[in-house]
Amino acid sequence: MPKITINNKVIDFQDGMTVMQACELADVEIPRFCYHDKLSIAGNCRMCLVEMEKSPKPIASCAMPAADGMNIKTNTELVKKARQGVMEFLLINHPLDCPICDQGGECDLQDQALHYGFDKSRYEENKRAVKNKYMGPLVSTIMTRCIHCTRCVRFSTEIAGVDDIGLLGRGENAEITTYLEKTIESELSGNVIDLCPVGALTNKPYAFQSRPWELKKTESVDVFDGMGASIRIDSKGKNVLRVLPRLNEEINEEWINDKTRFAIDGLSRQRLDKPYIKINNKLEATSWDSALKLVASEIKKRGAENTSAFSGKFSDIESLYSAKNFLNLLNSEFYDCRFDNTQFVAGHRSSYLFNSSIQKIDEADAILIIGSNPKWEAAVLNSRIRKAYLNNNCEIALIGPKINLTYKYTHLSNDISYLNNILNEKSDFLEHLKNAKNPLMLIGSSAINYNDGIEILKICAEICNKFNIVNESENGFNILNQNISRVGALDIGFYSKNFDRDFNGSLTQHIKNTNPVVFLLGLDEINLSSLKDSFIIYIGHHGDEGANVADIILPSPAFPEKTSTFVNIEGRVLQTTKCFNPIGESKEEWKIFRALSQEFSEQLKFNNLKELRQEIVKKFPHLNQLNTLPDKSEVNFAKSHIIDNNEIEYNIKNFYMTDSISRASVNMANCTKEILNRVA
Amino acid sequence: MKHPGFINSIKDNEKDMFEWSETNFLKVKKIIEKYPSGRKQSAVIPLLDLAQRQNKGWLNKKALEKVAETLSMSFIRVLEVATFYSMFNLKPIGKNYIQICRTTPCWLRGSDKLLNIAKEVTGCSLGETSKDKKFTVVEVECLGACCNAPMVQINDDYFEDLNEDNFKKLLINLKNEKEITKGSQIGRLSSNPERKN
Repeated sequence: MPKITINNKVIDFQDGMTVMQACELADVEIPRFCYHDKLSIAGNCRMCLVEMEKSPKPIASCAMPAADGMNIKTNTELVKKARQGVMEFLLINHPLDCPICDQGGECDLQDQALHYGFDKSRYEENKRAVKNKYMGPLVSTIMTRCIHCTRCVRFSTEIAGVDDIGLLGRGENAEITTYLEKTIESELSGNVIDLCPVGALTNKPYAFQSRPWELKKTESVDVFDGMGASIRIDSKGKNVLRVLPRLNEEINEEWINDKTRFAIDGLSRQRLDKPYIKINNKLEATSWDSALKLVASEIKKRGAENTSAFSGKFSDIESLYSAKNFLNLLNSEFYDCRFDNTQFVAGHRSSYLFNSSIQKIDEADAILIIGSNPKWEAAVLNSRIRKAYLNNNCEIALIGPKINLTYKYTHLSNDISYLNNILNEKSDFLEHLKNAKNPLMLIGSSAINYNDGIEILKICAEICNKFNIVNESENGFNILNQNISRVGALDIGFYSKNFDRDFNGSLTQHIKNTNPVVFLLGLDEINLSSLKDSFIIYIGHHGDEGANVADIILPSPAFPEKTSTFVNIEGRVLQTTKCFNPIGESKEEWKIFRALSQEFSEQLKFNNLKELRQEIVKKFPHLNQLNTLPDKSEVNFAKSHIIDNNEIEYNIKNFYMTDSISRASVNMANCTKEILNRVA
Repeated sequence: MKHPGFINSIKDNEKDMFEWSETNFLKVKKIIEKYPSGRKQSAVIPLLDLAQRQNKGWLNKKALEKVAETLSMSFIRVLEVATFYSMFNLKPIGKNYIQICRTTPCWLRGSDKLLNIAKEVTGCSLGETSKDKKFTVVEVECLGACCNAPMVQINDDYFEDLNEDNFKKLLINLKNEKEITKGSQIGRLSSNPERKN
């Protein structure tokens, strides 16, 4: 291994590292503005200057490759003076508006000026002023503060894959802008706010809301898509003010999508805060006692053994487990989580998991996407595919309607029956698939959400076996679930064969035959008119469509108000953290079912969250392992046969509004208006 | 008024049009061929220049987008290049684009006086275009003809060894569309020593 001397300390480093990375190995912190781990190197801020032996002048450590035998010094007078000089230049045109700047308190420039700034300015000329640019409903700009690090430009071109932001002009006239000041059309646009080292790009909805030191910071997990990105929730009282990503190389790297970041204003709108009963077609507030009594009597009246429960997009393991056990006590097996009719192969965990793990996408060199729009189903995951496309020349093919995925792909067909061609080796893409070292298959819900879904899964598994996508060491058979609740629900068996293959059809039939009591666990995304003859109990946190048709509404807390367990698409068990107590009188779902069971002969056994979790873990031991990838499970349900024609149609029509929280969000409504509807 | 090459924003004007002319389209092909395949973005500067020449000395939004389209680049990348170089004008200019060198050698030899003459004859101050659309006057940095200072570039031609009299005459001839002499105005050959008669 090559050696480098940093401040008289000799350390080993790997070939290809820069001087800055080597310094980090030696625990020497180098100040920087333009350099960022995940972006290409620009070397234009000059803040990272260090002294190198035999070099007549200081060098930019971020852009200098480390070499064997280099002697670097970072704590000399020369380095300090050089950085002070750079800082003075940066501050020449930077306004002194920290007291009114949203970045204040968490600003790289502010922090570093503390160490390298002069206490007074020697500059007597006028400072420059730059007109603010419009960048859409999410990012607000105060361009006078910009120090031209170009992190935002590099992020949008490299990670987000939209060539929207650029640096116009030069020298003193340089300005960051979007082309013709249009909105940044990316699901990841909010990340430029975190990247900006100064207050030039800030969070528009959060503008002037709070200072960072006033916020309560809770490390939690994102629930808006299946990935379960690591996030930090910043709250003040009972308001979530903003959401930031946490570094997690295995899942979301440093990014989160705009829905995660900005849909949180929906948490304080349209909330259900009290139990409601429908009397004369009008919802009236009531007490928990009378509401639960009415539910129990209605269950007894309509036949306990037909009572049904359907889970929604945010249902955690705790609610699902208690709901399932409650229904089992009533001798009912009418519960399911497959409201979108996405199929899986019963008994095979690998038939609903993202088996290869998200991180493995980085190594992929051929990806076959079937019936999925990853850009909308998991935007951060899509940026990983883009990374593979850029770094490994990954060949990507899509079966499904043409869409913009931010990278080039071969469009194979709109029709799912193209899988027949692949299996029978009648496709041009096979060449890439066969030559690939790490091929992946990515199956979206839209490919398997109809009666033949199971057959599709089986033939896909057959293709995987045939073309070495699945072998002893690697498993590239990936299902991209859209909801954080799905994998967990299937894991604990929250499904019933009564609703196999045709969820809507069998649901309609079931309701028609038995007129049961139906629990909707925050579920709004089904054909609610088919529930007409049933007695609907909506347990959720938002007054959305499900609550509209409900006969009884039982309020439950939203995700920042409880600790919940989820299983992400990879089968990784994640736990969210409670930021503050539930709003209004809402109660956790498991408490509701526990209390309800009191009205019947047999009761649920747990008395608190700890006992509930112990019970769950005892029954499902794999849920005890937090934050770890599950063991590789085999794909052994492959079966070859011919599948019929079926045009794929993506089931997400609007990225910004997919669930009850984002539908209540004003930010997301603005995005829909300004980004989606404008393009259309 | 700002130098037309130092503008950072472009306006979307419905009336602006741009399509490659037939001869230029052939040139575009030739220019792109000069660069390795898959690297045609390298041709952005020559293509912007070609577009500017075709479009009366300036680039409108349609022209920028045409160049981007020709080279499969995004619009913002082309705009970055066009705004970086002051030689690309982003607003219309007059028929004669007068670029007065103001760098030290020319300035020592009286470029300030030339500027006053230009203002007097054309009636426009720096960065402006005259009402009859015949002139645009701008100041530029060194054009590399210091030995024959002061000098001025008008469109593609250099006019050297200027003084108040011959520059005034030159501009008036241009205004009246009479013949003019390019290069040295005192008959100097390239950068030979000045001949005293």
